[in-house]
Amino acid sequence: MKLKPTLAALMLTCLGVGAVVAADEPQVVRQEMMKKVGGAMGAMGAMAKGEKPYDAEVVKASLTTIADIAKVFPDHFPDGTETGLDTEASPKIWENRADFKAKADALGAAATAQLASVPVDVAGLGPVIKAVGGTCGDCHETYRLKK
Amino acid sequence: MASKLLKTLGGLVVLAALGLGTFAFVTAPQPRPDAVWSGLAAADLTNGRRMFFAGGCDSCHAAAGSEGDARLLLSGGAPLPSPFGTFHAPNISSDPTAGIGGWTLAQFGNAMTRGVGPNGEHLYPSFPYGSYARMKPQDVADLFGFLKTLPASANVAPPHELPFPFNIRLLLGGWKFLYFSDAPRVEIASTDETLRQGQYLVEGPGHCGECHTPRDIFGGFKTDAWLAGGPNPEGRGTIPNITPGSKSIGAWSTSDIATYLETGFTPDYDSVGGSMVAVQKNMAELPAGDRDAIAAYLKAVPAQP
Repeated sequence: MKLKPTLAALMLTCLGVGAVVAADEPQVVRQEMMKKVGGAMGAMGAMAKGEKPYDAEVVKASLTTIADIAKVFPDHFPDGTETGLDTEASPKIWENRADFKAKADALGAAATAQLASVPVDVAGLGPVIKAVGGTCGDCHETYRLKK
Repeated sequence: MASKLLKTLGGLVVLAALGLGTFAFVTAPQPRPDAVWSGLAAADLTNGRRMFFAGGCDSCHAAAGSEGDARLLLSGGAPLPSPFGTFHAPNISSDPTAGIGGWTLAQFGNAMTRGVGPNGEHLYPSFPYGSYARMKPQDVADLFGFLKTLPASANVAPPHELPFPFNIRLLLGGWKFLYFSDAPRVEIASTDETLRQGQYLVEGPGHCGECHTPRDIFGGFKTDAWLAGGPNPEGRGTIPNITPGSKSIGAWSTSDIATYLETGFTPDYDSVGGSMVAVQKNMAELPAGDRDAIAAYLKAVPAQP
């Protein structure tokens, strides 16, 4: 039996299985949610910067994604997930659950409000991004801890 | 035999007194000569406002959690935790009694650029005069003029909460002796005006190094790790490396950096967080050219791992 390649294969399998198993962990789920929010903002940002042609449907999809995620995001911080799996969640989340939820609600409310009147062209996109994006820092200022 | 002991003790006391006296003399507060602050042009309030946001005065001197116009009420009191205890920034509103409304330009300038208080006392370097020391006297004068237009507050901030021996102001003379410098933090071999402006903004009023440069056990900069980041001096988390060697921003372009300072968004639309949120909101108030200059400087400083 060749030892090195066998060991290498074994390690890779374990890593792969580990990645699959970790996929449900709240830390990973909520990180993926935030990445989706970033992607949604990015899709709007690319149009605002003129890198992509304006498409109101993309704006609607982005705002809907953000509003949907904002609703469920606070549910993924159960006790016991304060650390581990590279989480950047601040312990303050568990100390101030009500305020943390209020910040998530603010993001959702901003996105929903903008959905009510999606701009017809790129000129109206700036204020949309500002209104929604402004809530990001409000939460991150207190509840995110840079690793 | 007893007299020999007494003589030795007496000798030691005299030596100690001489030592303390020398220390006090060598490290005495050194305000700048009055000539530095006289003969300057009348305050340019637009530039004063620019210095206010570059200097981030409101981040410490406005009440904690202030937003929008509330940031202009510099009533003091916000706590600044540190390994040496908790500092409370004083009231620097235009109030003539509780604030700095009654100060002269020389008093303000000596506080800003030499860490010397209005009564000639040493100031704690939690007030980043170690960075502000690089500010041009005219910029300091413009800032002073702008501050005097801001609203007055009668608030008296709580005193610093510092355990012994950090509560002994006299010892700050020693700290300054070891660490105070107004020389450039890094040598930039270029005459490019944008780079020079960026160096001035970052090393001077921007005081970015105060958070982004790691410190040694006495709280002085590790100067060969300029802007390399490290553990958050306020307690939890990490302050990022912002040199070209940074894992987080090393690959960013100058335009990425300038956009982040203006909007708070990274190139992949992650958002600014922690103490940087207040800083970014101040950076957003600067002219675009200043953010471009800061970005250019950050791409030009030596890369730190």
